[in-house]
Amino acid sequence: MFDVLVIGAGHAGCEAAAAAARRGARVGLLTFRAEDAGQMSCNPSIGGVGKGHLVREVDVFDGLMARAADRSAIHRRMLNRSKGPAVWGPRVQADRQLYRRAIGELVESNGVELVIAEALRMLVRRGRVVGVETSEGVVPCRALVIATGTFLDARMFVGEEVVEGGRQGERAALALAEQIRDIGLGQGRLKTGTPPRLDGRTIDWARLAEQPSDLEPWSMSALDDGGRPPQVRCAITRTNARTHGIIRANFDRSPLFAGAIEGRGPRYCPSIEDKVKRFAERDAHQIFLEPEGLGDHLVYPNGISTSLPVDVQREFVRSIHGLQNAEIVRSGYAVEYEFVDPRRLNATLEVRDLRGLFLAGQINGTTGYEEAAAQGLVAGLNAAARALTLDEVRFDRRTSYIGVMIDDLTLQGVTEPYRMMTARAEFRLSLRADNATTRLGGAALKAACVSERRRTYIEKHLDQRSSSAWAESEEGRADALYSPYIQRQQREWQAVHRDSQVRIPHALDFRTIPGLSNEMVERLRSTQPETLDQASRIPGVTPAALSALYVAAIRRTAA
Amino acid sequence: MAETIFALSSGRPPAAISVIRVSGPRAHEGGARIAGSLPEARSAAVRELRHPASGEMLDQGLVLRFDSPASSTGEDVVEFQCHGGRAVVDALLAALGSIEGLRPAEPGEFTRRAFENGRIDLTEAEGLADLIEAETESQRKAALAMAEGGLRKQIDQWQARLLGLSAEAERAIDYDEDDLATDPTLARESAKLAAELRDWLIRPRIEPLKDGLRVVIAGPPNVGKSSLINAIAGSDRAIVTDIPGTTRDHIEVPLSLGGVPILLTDTAGLREAQDEVEAIGVARAAALAERADVLVWVGEPDAALGHPRMIKVHSKADVPGRGRAPTGSVPVSSVTGEGITPLLEQIGELATTLLPLAGTIALNRRQAERIGEAAEALEMAAAAPECVLLAEGLRQARNAFDRLTGRAGVEDVLDALFGRFCLGK
Repeated sequence: MFDVLVIGAGHAGCEAAAAAARRGARVGLLTFRAEDAGQMSCNPSIGGVGKGHLVREVDVFDGLMARAADRSAIHRRMLNRSKGPAVWGPRVQADRQLYRRAIGELVESNGVELVIAEALRMLVRRGRVVGVETSEGVVPCRALVIATGTFLDARMFVGEEVVEGGRQGERAALALAEQIRDIGLGQGRLKTGTPPRLDGRTIDWARLAEQPSDLEPWSMSALDDGGRPPQVRCAITRTNARTHGIIRANFDRSPLFAGAIEGRGPRYCPSIEDKVKRFAERDAHQIFLEPEGLGDHLVYPNGISTSLPVDVQREFVRSIHGLQNAEIVRSGYAVEYEFVDPRRLNATLEVRDLRGLFLAGQINGTTGYEEAAAQGLVAGLNAAARALTLDEVRFDRRTSYIGVMIDDLTLQGVTEPYRMMTARAEFRLSLRADNATTRLGGAALKAACVSERRRTYIEKHLDQRSSSAWAESEEGRADALYSPYIQRQQREWQAVHRDSQVRIPHALDFRTIPGLSNEMVERLRSTQPETLDQASRIPGVTPAALSALYVAAIRRTAA
Repeated sequence: MAETIFALSSGRPPAAISVIRVSGPRAHEGGARIAGSLPEARSAAVRELRHPASGEMLDQGLVLRFDSPASSTGEDVVEFQCHGGRAVVDALLAALGSIEGLRPAEPGEFTRRAFENGRIDLTEAEGLADLIEAETESQRKAALAMAEGGLRKQIDQWQARLLGLSAEAERAIDYDEDDLATDPTLARESAKLAAELRDWLIRPRIEPLKDGLRVVIAGPPNVGKSSLINAIAGSDRAIVTDIPGTTRDHIEVPLSLGGVPILLTDTAGLREAQDEVEAIGVARAAALAERADVLVWVGEPDAALGHPRMIKVHSKADVPGRGRAPTGSVPVSSVTGEGITPLLEQIGELATTLLPLAGTIALNRRQAERIGEAAEALEMAAAAPECVLLAEGLRQARNAFDRLTGRAGVEDVLDALFGRFCLGK
């Protein structure tokens, strides 16, 4: 009997399993194949603007991603260096093999047990998850985390070809998908894509602008082990008018435009055919050529994900400066997958109507490793809480990007793959990558999920804030820079706080509130806001509806 | 715990009777300190009303007591029905204000409390929505309707521009591949929008159009201010006697001057006051003169108060020896009517500079405050040393607009709604 069982060993699953184990749970991690753990299925990089913030936050709770990234980083860049410390985005490129190995080691050292099997169906008794039936037999558990990524009923598209499966060469979790649909969780389909992988030996590097690794020795994790793999060089190139001409001539052969893919893709990181179509006025798009590893010739051309047929991919790639002779090792493809409506989840990522079931990662409609890992942390900490009757761990959007994401997902839901951006955080000046320990250290200690080493680090860090040397530290300088602006924000903050004090009674039937239109009733019922502040952030809820709700809530509380 | 509030609940004095209401947990205690003792709940008694500190008798009046929750607000309530003279009312309000734990009510606060305690049924959104609706309805009927619609369009346009700037700033932060500190175009556009908002802020406001321009007549005692107001108003609204200091309080006469609404105010003569009541009147007169839209100074030109829009009057021009007015003063006789017309013309001329031009859009004070905040935030954005602070300035400006339109903060919406009530209702 496991306290917590996690299905899926991707970024969400590994993080969830390890987090639950750190809280003292006996944890099983169920996966098709052992070597899947920590696999980077898309671009081989960790972090970035907004995403780097998430990684640093997960790290405060002794999560895996930052440490694995440090151990496998072959290129580092602090993005947005000149735009202000609030939006600095630490980003590393990782060697795929090294990253996977690091995650494997960390998962194991956290005491997680691997279970190699295919999950067939959940076992539910009296409204509560009690285990999973697998290809190798029944595995009982007290709490279950499903972190199956794009594997729920996924389909892959390369031009006119369609293949079942979430990643190249892997099976889609069909049975589980059906069950999730049966309990009414399924919402719709989304899509994502990857670019063709190139053979680095066929790229004309000499003709391309180089992008060097940062010289400053910053690290993703606050607990830097110091070990550094050698650094590699990346290069930048661009598409051109000829590239766009080739793509345009083949629009009819793209499953995106031919109508085969119904799922919506991320507006913020579109495929190259999307970009050419939507930004017709632009004659070039930037491409980062990122080596996938030290002992690997594969190069990931970041910026040209595509689902065009193989012959078109080759043709347009070779129209690009420096890639005239480039060989495609693996074609790009689009993946369409099913996701659940995250508004059916609590802020702990537990399914509201099924006790003990937690969902994390891409299944909730997000995109990106970092978003997945952060959800994994939340689900893992809280699955352990459910199994062992510990305190829940909730994140606030005023103090963390994790809180922003969970709040956005569970309150607003998704209509396109959700990606973290700093623009989503209204308290951005306070939520920096450099002050994650200050913001979340106390919560991490309270959750009792950190190592002795981390505990010492957090306590020391919090102590240092009151020392005279603090003003000279990077974090102290950023504090000083933003403090006048943050003070201006206090007034807004207080207004939010006031509205968040107005609790909406759980038993409140929105239909009994006079003056609420059916549409408003529906929006409120599908989201079940707990406070007036949450209600105010539900899309489409009008000021008049909020007033009515406010009155009803005040009266109900007074009565 | 809720604070205890008080306010004049009846119309503006002078009137036969004025009603002053106190509501909140300390209403009974506070009321008893004024009235000595309170009657049974839901009954009335005559009491001497005294200042709690000095013991000075202020008036004799009717005192009513209500116990929570059976009161108009749902809280403990005490009601004073006193004589409706302004001095009496002011003295009573001042006495209440001197009691610890009591404070003057905000506009609409009584209604709001009643509402929140479920005592009145205007509630339930439908009612609320009706009220909100009614506001726009009545304004549509009003002469200002066109201007209001125009303002909404103008705000929409500003918001759209602001949103565009914000989107560009956010794109620069989350997606820009070239790492530039700030975007000069964005800074320039922010400054441009701020300047545009500032232009609006210096335009004439809507209040004078709704409430009338405040034209205040001021000067030393016994120079004929009250006679002048009577001559202008063509009525005997002001008490006119020969005793200096007769007008202890100000008197307001609403007038229409060529279609321009004017609130003509007579004030107490400015001098060293002889007693406490006159002192209040004198202090008030000085304050009124300072806040006046147009000041009509009756008295020696050299002794005139400072004011940007002042007309000096040489009064009693009919009296022998006063036939010649000093340069820059308008000779006026309240007896013969000489000079009244030129005076009114001068007032009218000054007044029109303060009114929005016909057909143009004018802001009210609340709108102007929010737009002022937006302008300030935009100026901060324009001067920001780095992109994230520029974006922060734009975000704060958007927030100011959200509060202007009622998009943000439910409390704000309700404040705006209840703020429309008159004080003490």
